[in-house]
Amino acid sequence: MPAIESRKQAVFLRGGEAILGSELVVTGAEALIRCLEAEGVEVVFGYPGGAVLSIYDELYKSNLRHVLVRHEQGAAHAADAYARATGKPGVCIATSGPGATNLVTGIATAYMDSVPLIAITGQVATFLIGKDAFQEADITGITMPITKHNYLVKEASDLPRVIKEAFHIATTGRPGPVLIDVPRDVTTTSFPFEYPDVVDLRSYRPTYIGHIKQITSAVNAIQKAKRPLLYVGGGVVAAGAQTELLLLAEKMNIPVTMTLMGLGAFPGEHPLSLGMLGMHGTAYANFAASHCDLLIAIGARFDDRVTGAISRFAPSAQVIHIDIDPAEISKNVRVDIPIVGDARNVLAELLPRVSAKHHKDWIEQIDAWKKAYPLEYQEGSQPQTIPSAEGVDDGPVHPQAIIRTLYELTQGEAIVTTDVGQHQMWTAQYFRFDRTRQLITSGGLGTMGFGLPAAMGAQIGCPQDLVICIAGDGSIQMNIQELATIAQEDLPVKVFILNNQFLGMVRQWQELFYEKRYSYTALKHSPDFVKVAEAYGITGMRIKHAGEMLSTLEAALAHQGPVVVDCWVCMEENVYPMVPAGKGLDEMLGLGGQ
Amino acid sequence: MQHILSVLVENRSGVLSRVAGLFSRRGYSIDSIAVGPTEDAAVSRMVIVVEADEEGLEQITKQLHKLIDVIKIHDITKEARVERELALIKVQADAQNRGDILQIVDIFRAKIVDVAEKSLVIEITGDTEKVDALIQLLRSFGIKELVRTGRIAMVRGMRS
Ligand SMILES: Cc1ncc(C[n+]2csc(CCOP(=O)(O)OP(=O)(O)O)c2C)c(N)n1
Repeated sequence: MPAIESRKQAVFLRGGEAILGSELVVTGAEALIRCLEAEGVEVVFGYPGGAVLSIYDELYKSNLRHVLVRHEQGAAHAADAYARATGKPGVCIATSGPGATNLVTGIATAYMDSVPLIAITGQVATFLIGKDAFQEADITGITMPITKHNYLVKEASDLPRVIKEAFHIATTGRPGPVLIDVPRDVTTTSFPFEYPDVVDLRSYRPTYIGHIKQITSAVNAIQKAKRPLLYVGGGVVAAGAQTELLLLAEKMNIPVTMTLMGLGAFPGEHPLSLGMLGMHGTAYANFAASHCDLLIAIGARFDDRVTGAISRFAPSAQVIHIDIDPAEISKNVRVDIPIVGDARNVLAELLPRVSAKHHKDWIEQIDAWKKAYPLEYQEGSQPQTIPSAEGVDDGPVHPQAIIRTLYELTQGEAIVTTDVGQHQMWTAQYFRFDRTRQLITSGGLGTMGFGLPAAMGAQIGCPQDLVICIAGDGSIQMNIQELATIAQEDLPVKVFILNNQFLGMVRQWQELFYEKRYSYTALKHSPDFVKVAEAYGITGMRIKHAGEMLSTLEAALAHQGPVVVDCWVCMEENVYPMVPAGKGLDEMLGLGGQ
Repeated sequence: MQHILSVLVENRSGVLSRVAGLFSRRGYSIDSIAVGPTEDAAVSRMVIVVEADEEGLEQITKQLHKLIDVIKIHDITKEARVERELALIKVQADAQNRGDILQIVDIFRAKIVDVAEKSLVIEITGDTEKVDALIQLLRSFGIKELVRTGRIAMVRGMRS
């Protein structure tokens, strides 16, 4: 390869980079870093190893910020959350074999929630591929079903095009993760570098503009509807369509319910907001879905956790479905008026074509549901709490009260990440999200252990914001090693562990559907989380009983650096309302009020 | 119902497993798949025969379209088309029944492509029904080995 020779010559001349004629000759590793810089990447989350040594050597020389995590899963989640918080693609990097496979859960998490994530993995040298070489794993094969696309780069000179395409694919259309597998010899091969300006992919042309005929049909349906409901998901967030959504809802007086991924797309405190719908949705959202005559789904995918028994979902409604992914249309429910396009474009087209309306009876009906079945928990309904050492007990702390109080103390301003379980659902219910990209949670895959590394990524992406992580005592232990990263980067995240000494969500199902046979859901031997935090050099605090809650939460929020608060909460509190599996949304258990 | 999809894909490594993987993970079964180069070296054509109802087919088509390497999908089930499959059939044959086999082969305009002491290899090209029929008739002699290519198909005439 002549490129290698010219590189050698040039190193004599310039030390760093080689100019040959007008051409810049660099190694694959150097090219990779240059491409990331060209894409405007500010930070990569990663973990080194043999196959990526050359890439790490270039990172050492470059100004690109690299955050050393303590487990590759943490890198993937952090990059994912960085993307969710900022709207910019997140980048993570791992070595071949175990490094790459450790990313898998994180990539799948991003895939299920349509997050633009770029995962770069090292691979064994091209001549060793297929030979079961040391630390070889077929990561493109493994991640085929959980990436929007992936690449195995066999020629160094392909790197610029591949990286350009990867960023393009990850961030356009329906966003999603793209993995780039780079064999070791590719990182050391030199070639004349040029970063392409444009992507040329004849087979990938997402549709952004909605079909005008369909939009007109939608306008007519909206104009005619007596009981319309907006059902919005993460697609509204991805498209940045929140303003258009607000305008449409207000102009037409249409109540809005959101999926877990859609929370924040419509202001939670707005009178037209019904909060979340679905398995743990509000009663009024679920009733509205069950009784509406027009369902306007935007960037939502009729997930089974949202619809309950599909045959009973919005049974009397005509359905409009606006989505950028044509494959989502009529995947789970029959759609009457499909509109493929970018939510923001489509709503902007719709808006001037509808004339203002007030659905008095419908709004009154919804207000009546809101009054009859408010979202609430019963104080004192759960006497059990973890026995406090001092024997002080002025009542148990309700996990919901912690979320509610955090909401009030932060005036709803924080970015909140969660793990998965009851605490996640309580966060969705009791923290009213007012803006997009404020709640960062694993919806589609439901990945325990997401919250802590996600808080890291969000804090790095939004250094000015207050970042809170609501964790479970089960989930936190799945990526607790990232406390070291948080200490190392001095990220002032506030971690609240709702410690119920149970895998609470699973316990709840066992209580309700398996006659309280708590099969392996008690977590008896958790470490002292305060001491764990302190061992990592992070401030630890504890709430043992109700009297300590407010002052401790205030102290934690006021603390300058990172803090972990071990919150001892009622052990057997349940998340309500709840639509049991296989039931319709109007068949909820545990309705408040009445 | 059986559908025949003619799919143009980028001729890149891994494209077959992307397509095959999509079918299996979305729960659709492929009856047959035939892949080969086209007149354009950068592009391959897959002819996929799949069992699905209308809704299923719509989902398959949309999901296939989402694969970055898939360029074009054409459902040719309802189109006038030429359809062919090739099979190689090794049958047990001895001096006594060889004549009978040859007769059948003749009727089907198949070919004997290998003769051994105790077996014959027969090559047949045709639509699926014809290949099925020949195999059915040869069963009684004892089929020792069977290879089929899967269907390939082409729409008749010129498309505007
Ligand atoms: C990685 C992973 N493993 C298992 C599960 C199944 N699961 C869902 S919720 C849950 C319990 C979570 O317990 P905890 O983190 O303590 O939260 P809690 O429900 O008590 O609030 C489990 C085990 C999961 N979602 N993710």
